[in-house]
Amino acid sequence: MALLEIEDLRTDIRLSRSTVHALDGVSLTVDRGETLGIVGESGCGKTMTALSVMRLLPPGGHIVGGTVTLDGTDITGATDSGMRRVRGNEVGMVFQDPMTSLNPTMTIGRQIAESVRLHRDAGSAAAMRRAAEVLGLVGMPYPEQRLGDYPHQLSGGMRQRAMIAMALACEPKLLIADEPTTALDVTIQKQILELIDDLRARLGMAVILVTHDLGVIAGNADRVAVMYAGKVVETTDTSTLFANPRHPYTEALFEALPETSVAERTRLYSIPGLPPDLTEPPPACRFAARCRYAADRCRTDEPDLLGDVAGHEYACFFPVGTAERTGVAVSAAEPPSVAPDPDEEHLLRVENLVKGFPVTAGAVLQRRIGTVSAVAGVSFTVRRGETFGLVGESGCGKTTIGRLIVGLETADSGTIRFGDGTGGGTDLTRLRGRDRRRRRRDVQLMFQDSYASMDPRMRVGTVLREPLAIQRVGSRDEQRRTVARLLDEVGLPAAAVERYPHEFSGGQRQRLGLARALALQPALIVADEPVSALDVSIQAQILNLMRDLQREHRLTYVFISHDLSVVRYLSSTIGVMYLGKLVEIGPAEDVYTAPVHPYTRGLVDTIPVADPRVERAKVHQGVAGELPSAISPPSGCRFRTRCPLAGDICAEEEPPLRPFTAGGHAAACHFPLRAPQV
Amino acid sequence: MTANTPSPFLDPSERGVQPDAATPSGGAIQGPTRGLFRRGLDVFTENRLAIVGVVIVVAFLLFCFVGPLIYHTDQVHTNLGDAELAPGAAGHPLGTDQDGFDQLGRLMIGGRSSLEVGVAAAVLATVLGTLWGAVAGYVGGVVDAVMMRIVDAAMSVPALFLLLVLSAILTPTVGVLIVVLAMISWLGTARLVRGEALSLRVREYVQAVKVMGGGGTRIVLRHIAPNAVGTIMVNATFQVADAILTIVALSYLGLGVPPPAVDWGAMLSHGTQYVYVGYWWLIYPPGLAIILVVIAFNFIGDALRDAFEVRLQRR
Repeated sequence: MALLEIEDLRTDIRLSRSTVHALDGVSLTVDRGETLGIVGESGCGKTMTALSVMRLLPPGGHIVGGTVTLDGTDITGATDSGMRRVRGNEVGMVFQDPMTSLNPTMTIGRQIAESVRLHRDAGSAAAMRRAAEVLGLVGMPYPEQRLGDYPHQLSGGMRQRAMIAMALACEPKLLIADEPTTALDVTIQKQILELIDDLRARLGMAVILVTHDLGVIAGNADRVAVMYAGKVVETTDTSTLFANPRHPYTEALFEALPETSVAERTRLYSIPGLPPDLTEPPPACRFAARCRYAADRCRTDEPDLLGDVAGHEYACFFPVGTAERTGVAVSAAEPPSVAPDPDEEHLLRVENLVKGFPVTAGAVLQRRIGTVSAVAGVSFTVRRGETFGLVGESGCGKTTIGRLIVGLETADSGTIRFGDGTGGGTDLTRLRGRDRRRRRRDVQLMFQDSYASMDPRMRVGTVLREPLAIQRVGSRDEQRRTVARLLDEVGLPAAAVERYPHEFSGGQRQRLGLARALALQPALIVADEPVSALDVSIQAQILNLMRDLQREHRLTYVFISHDLSVVRYLSSTIGVMYLGKLVEIGPAEDVYTAPVHPYTRGLVDTIPVADPRVERAKVHQGVAGELPSAISPPSGCRFRTRCPLAGDICAEEEPPLRPFTAGGHAAACHFPLRAPQV
Repeated sequence: MTANTPSPFLDPSERGVQPDAATPSGGAIQGPTRGLFRRGLDVFTENRLAIVGVVIVVAFLLFCFVGPLIYHTDQVHTNLGDAELAPGAAGHPLGTDQDGFDQLGRLMIGGRSSLEVGVAAAVLATVLGTLWGAVAGYVGGVVDAVMMRIVDAAMSVPALFLLLVLSAILTPTVGVLIVVLAMISWLGTARLVRGEALSLRVREYVQAVKVMGGGGTRIVLRHIAPNAVGTIMVNATFQVADAILTIVALSYLGLGVPPPAVDWGAMLSHGTQYVYVGYWWLIYPPGLAIILVVIAFNFIGDALRDAFEVRLQRR
């Protein structure tokens, strides 16, 4: 018998004027010791399933039907005190953001001990001993000393380890990990996922891994359930799903991944539209409206989740891979992507850029006690019309470079030259007053969170007209026409001008952000993590749009992201940053497929690939440890503390950026992974 | 992905190839278009207490400003022959006070100066405090330090003491009272708005304006002040209540508007002399009026806080 059996679970959330049918007949099973991955876009019910099992539903949420059986006991009808015995005891849970789910005023030792004292009836000394034990189990260095630390004293990765320790303290039979690595860097993500997998094997518990990332699923789950609009649409074991997805939604999720299209550099497949409104779900296949194969039957009848011989279940009338399909997929004659043109002039030349942020102490006197070295001597050039991708972990200085280019920060030293190659261009760091204000037209910024970057009290029309009004471009009438044209270009209806930013979906807001960045017809757009907060299908829409607009307007992008696969898809040149230094730079494919710097190698390895065979066959270890403090960066090569190849010279001498191929591939390393070919 | 080779499908709804020309690729937007004001009004009207508050305030406004046009009384000439009549006496439904003025009519004109001073002082204090706080918070650094130390210094003077000195020097007309009350009550608003501005100036939409080349004036007037409007309006309603209470206190001490003008505080002050003789109609009506108006403004302030919260508003 399975450890957890969810039968036909229905969960509603009552709002003041309507009811959201968040889960509609979800059936899942989790066996002892296995990892079940739940994957889908945001809002499709993944987290709601986890919360229903734990009965930690948001206000207004309640289970209206179905059963949840844990280890042979039906817990659907359990009382609150009965549920308290289940939570943290039989079922442990790890949440997405360890900072908000830990109590900032309690030491982590006491927080972990709390659940032991509640469930195991242990004394406080015994509970603390157990806390130290589980902290050691989750790989926290010096666990006894960490017991007295507060959450803010730990790094993000260590906090997530503490959260996992808390969930494991009472040896649960089932661990529910809800997007456990989404808030973490990709190098830390790999460490945490490996930890969860290792603990599962050692403690013999089952794991439900909720994630939006197919790559994470590929490497860690035994079986997968794909959810869409409050229903499970496909479920089978991981290798079958990845090799042979049957539901069109699953297939579409795969095709929207940038790595799928990177080889041919074709347009990404993006799922049109949005998931249905769950207050009144359509009485038919819920995916029909967005499905490219949908036939009339899909819009009137609801397909059941049926299994084939191998236990592969899917809810579709016309599953992928059968001849019954009615829709004909159009293969696109795609114009080639924008390749770097060596003859093209340099639009942006950054030389020896340095930026440090002072660290002060004391409330009144503000003594300067150190400097966070955010950017330490970075140089690169960007040609007109190309996309320069900047990658690295958070805290590596990539965002600071973006802010320096658009002028939100002033550089300590170094130059940012913009414009014609022959005259050397204008140094943006030297501009003051009116010139500087006028120059803003040429360089615009696209924010990660478009919602936060738009005044919530302004209508979209006003938001989009604001850059034109500030720069006094055209009359009011002309400005209005420009706004209409911009909306059309980013694929939004003209009626959007009357709306407020909060009325749009995440993807639509990102379109608005792009429209605003385009308003002044800039030559260069710095895009800071523009797709990081988006679902994979929406991400594909935005990436496609960015490429279309680049072609039409001959735009140049500086594309900042922590996601190497997205950067690789969009960029012609990639720069890899580590702790304020550019450690490797070169043509995108070269950097990705034949990295020279050990850090780049580690980054490439840590990216979860949506292919179980590749993902499980990985032999490289990724990047160990965590980013050192930028207040006192390591001497010599800044990466040496985490580098598997580091030698004595790395601590003494800083490696210069030297060329490795004639094609402009350069890296800063004493012990490169391959010899220079120049 | 191996068994099922991905083909470079073109998203049919992308630009260019639109199956349904009415739906742009970014997706349609649903629901009727309505302004922030209408939506705010919806949230506001859901709060029962706020409706009660509005009804009370409107009732008092009518009572004080329209009432005297219907109910004529002589509030200028004392008439000691009719002094201290109990309620129900001919022509005097609420009785008369120690000088023979009709109590009901006096409540009307007394409320007039109380409301006028309260509202005008609150408006003046709010405008001044908002601008001061927004500029200090947005500019920051030395400017902020100097501006806020001025506020701190002014706050360190006890308000009642300052009022007593000022009303002793100046003749306390309605105009003077408004200015003086505003002068002491803008300080709190300034501190509050500065705090808001400090958090608003690092918001991404303020940075976005800087990237477009926008200057400080635009940022303060177009972005910081409007986004602090929830806090400001809520504070303003509390300021009205506070100002009414302050003039009540002043009048009670005998430093309010000079006769023949009157306000509720002065009426209450005179009435308390007759506590022991049982002339309740000289105490309860002005006292109740003060309490009702102050509570009503506080209810309204509470509901406004919700109404200005954009996220609470639905389509």
